[in-house]
Amino acid sequence: MKAAVVVFPGSNCDRDLAVAFEQAGFDVSMVWHKDSALPEGIDIVGVPGGFSYGDYLRCGAIAAQSPICKAVIEHADRGGYAIGVCNGFQILTETGVLPGALLRNAGLKYICRTVDLKVATSDSVFTQGYGAGDVIGVPIAHHDGNYFADADTVKALQDQDRVAFTYEENPNGSVADIAGILSENRRVLGMMPHPERAADQGHGGTDGAAVFRALAGMVTAA
Amino acid sequence: MKARVHVMLKNGVLDPQGEAVRHALGALGFDKVEGVRQGKVIDLDLAEGATEADVTAMCEKLLANTVIESYSIEMA
Repeated sequence: MKAAVVVFPGSNCDRDLAVAFEQAGFDVSMVWHKDSALPEGIDIVGVPGGFSYGDYLRCGAIAAQSPICKAVIEHADRGGYAIGVCNGFQILTETGVLPGALLRNAGLKYICRTVDLKVATSDSVFTQGYGAGDVIGVPIAHHDGNYFADADTVKALQDQDRVAFTYEENPNGSVADIAGILSENRRVLGMMPHPERAADQGHGGTDGAAVFRALAGMVTAA
Repeated sequence: MKARVHVMLKNGVLDPQGEAVRHALGALGFDKVEGVRQGKVIDLDLAEGATEADVTAMCEKLLANTVIESYSIEMA
């Protein structure tokens, strides 16, 4: 099982994400933003959190235009698996791989704390390790995590069971309390909370580890 | 030649920064402000021959996220 983690200038959760993949049994390659191709035979791509390109213009906007992101888009278009966390979620929305956008938090403040998330669907490789309705504690750390999409898009996400996680107490103004969503083929997950920061006893909680454990053996190269 | 691009959050998209500015203006006694929307201005220095269509393409691809933002272009 092979995973690739993309590294942008300003990524700061890339190594955490790599460790979470490794603990689940993946061989992990780190891929630099200037690379124009993913390594051969990659089963899943991780787009990590951080502040790629200093969040200039809009969070994730510059990263979305980088050479490696073209390869990530092609990977997703082929039906490949990908997970984008925090800035990685912002980047995946900027590329159009996932719908919607992340706005400035409604309270204008950067928020860094563990929040309760409800698993809204267990029908995906990412969330099958949970039961629908489970509540898990996962950290958030963002200034621009206020998920926005127009009413039709939100309805489609809900009707197609593509909302992966919701906030129990909405911290940032996200529409419909949405914390994470799935692509139409359910193979790409974007979420603002950090499961990779709740994947080891040393983190103070391991509620996020099931995301990575569930992926092991389930994802295959596309 | 130059172009100026204005990027604004679309109507209906919450602008928390604009709201904060509105509150601050109210606190300063400017009680006739009914709404504030905050956006971005991007000035481009362009080579001869660049067209408004080029700038439109730039807006669509990078300068604005049309999911949440609208833009307008002034060529000068």
